[in-house]
Amino acid sequence: MDRRRRLSGWGRTSPSVATVHAAGDDADLRGLLARVGPRGILARGLGRSYGDAAQNGGGLVVDMTARQRVLSVDADAALVSVEAGVSLDQLMRLLLPRGLSVPVSPGTRQVTVGGAIAADIHGKNHHVDGSFGQHVTALDLLVADGTIRTLTPDSAESPLFWATVGGMGLTGLVVRATLRMKRVETAYCAVDTERCADLDDLMGRMAEGDHRYTYSVAWIDCLARGRSLGRSVLTRGQPATLEQLPPTLRTRALDFSPRQLLVAPPGIPSGLLNRLTVRAFNEAWFRKAPQERRGEVQGIASFFHPLDAVARWNRIYGPRGFLQYQVLVPFEAEDTLRRCLGMLSDAGQASFLAVLKRFGPANPGYLSFPAPGWTLALDVPIGAPGLGALLDRIDEEVLAAGGRGYLAKDSRLGASAVARMYPRLEEWRAVRRTVDPDGVFVSDLARRLGL
Amino acid sequence: MKDALGNVQRILVLGGTSEIALATVRALARQRPGVQVVLAARRSDRRATASASLAALGIEVAEVDFEATDRASYERAIGFVFDAGGDVDVVLVAFGLLGDQERAWQDLDAALELAQVGYAAAVGCGVLVAGRLRAQGHGAIVVMSSVAGQRPRRSNFVYGSTKAGLDAFYTGLGVALAEDGVQVVVVRPGFVRSRMTAGLKAPPFALTPDQVAGLITAGLRSGRGTVWAPPAMRWVMLVLRVLPGPLFRRLRI
Repeated sequence: MDRRRRLSGWGRTSPSVATVHAAGDDADLRGLLARVGPRGILARGLGRSYGDAAQNGGGLVVDMTARQRVLSVDADAALVSVEAGVSLDQLMRLLLPRGLSVPVSPGTRQVTVGGAIAADIHGKNHHVDGSFGQHVTALDLLVADGTIRTLTPDSAESPLFWATVGGMGLTGLVVRATLRMKRVETAYCAVDTERCADLDDLMGRMAEGDHRYTYSVAWIDCLARGRSLGRSVLTRGQPATLEQLPPTLRTRALDFSPRQLLVAPPGIPSGLLNRLTVRAFNEAWFRKAPQERRGEVQGIASFFHPLDAVARWNRIYGPRGFLQYQVLVPFEAEDTLRRCLGMLSDAGQASFLAVLKRFGPANPGYLSFPAPGWTLALDVPIGAPGLGALLDRIDEEVLAAGGRGYLAKDSRLGASAVARMYPRLEEWRAVRRTVDPDGVFVSDLARRLGL
Repeated sequence: MKDALGNVQRILVLGGTSEIALATVRALARQRPGVQVVLAARRSDRRATASASLAALGIEVAEVDFEATDRASYERAIGFVFDAGGDVDVVLVAFGLLGDQERAWQDLDAALELAQVGYAAAVGCGVLVAGRLRAQGHGAIVVMSSVAGQRPRRSNFVYGSTKAGLDAFYTGLGVALAEDGVQVVVVRPGFVRSRMTAGLKAPPFALTPDQVAGLITAGLRSGRGTVWAPPAMRWVMLVLRVLPGPLFRRLRI
């Protein structure tokens, strides 16, 4: 049953109304293409992109979560074939007990494989393992003419593969994919935690030591100013081996059944997260972290997805919603990063989730976000006066340094900025035109940014 | 497409020389550079001046011919704007006519012209624009009503009657379109110092077009359906609406 529904991103800003169709089999999806109207069609997964990437106002939106079968598991080769609506949560629950983990995990398990490909998501292990698209060995893409193309990363069709990885769903509907999973001995990580006094201290430790860890990420107190600018908690870790587990855990080393502890209730007003409450939270968070702790064993869920314990946590920002701002600044442009953080801290923008991470090499994805450098991400509640102008100024700094913003999180960039941030946009458009000359696959994000 | 901070990309002004509408365009463009606007109005020097004044601010302006007394004209104008170019985020319905209010209740032509421009064309444009915004799945309509529509007064009741009808239509339209992701903002200004009121004596609470524009953009951002300008007018009108007739008439307003 198709239904007109108001859809928004995880940030709950700028919604639009579209006709939502629960995906059926391949023939059903092909049939949809035959009746696409002037407002086009777009796939949507679990709606975790923050802005308008999974919206298509006035058009057709295919809810791909209805396609959630795991098609085959080859444990010897660590390969798994799935439908695009399968979530990382589902994969981890199914495969961790067999010693296979998802190769790349973002801050939530509640994303679909199709969405992970479209946004070419990254995780704490980017500096070692790259982004999600690099672990996709093949994908089936339903393109505008109704054919399904099987694409691989290195074949004659590889330009379309790499235009689809990070292509924000604008090349076609990903219907199936084969992923190379990561072998693990346990469902735990061995984590080292360090407190860093300021930004230089933090960046020094990361530059010096990240290569020794599979996972690395730092939480930054954005409200700390002056000499404490960039004070932070750095957590880095490895997949835990069996010997690293305490004896009591060894018998159920691969158990994985994380529970959802809470559901954020509806009706929380905007403004709950303000400078005062966030300052208090940040202070507590920083003080709670040990000065230094080595080899702590943490479950995968609590290490990677702490927020998944609270369902619908985006409600705590109230009806005005929030935006997530994530930028990449190349190595050698550390001064830019320092200035950006300084501007945020001077403006007192309350962000209780600011994270810094070092990226490794880029992949061939035309619009893929990660590239060598530092990435800073923060949640900001909507409503503070001057927020737009502040972020525009930071964009300018980032652009001047040759950096970029992340499309899966974007909700406010302009078309001209994006064209400068993604120098391969024209090449991507050329590949897209070969399969979708009329722009049948389209989103609110694509319209806003003139992709 | 509107962004997370309420910045808009493309605006259509029906009645493209309205001072409140132009001030609203300026206010929206100040939030974020790069705004496109289409001014739909009668071809005139006034339209050219309005267009130039916005272009001078770095706003990308287009003009389209629009005649509120001619159904074919406004159908063509609205169709053209929505068919050519990107999505329209905000439509300002800002054309209107005050005219000579004494003639307006005694002269048939004057009365019917006021009814056509102030009410019939506003309804017609509302129907067309609503259809287009529904098809987009997002957008906002801002319509210029007036406190004059809240209770008829001796001095301007013909004008007030058109605004009363317009106000009722768009208020209902806002409810009808809520499911479609389209916001309708009915603006009820009191006295605004503008071309329309030039020569009239300004009462207390008189606002400038820029002040009204500020209230409109705030209303758009917060998702309100009604904007009183100034906000206190809401309470003034609440009292005036329930005042017994004999008393109201003696107020001579």
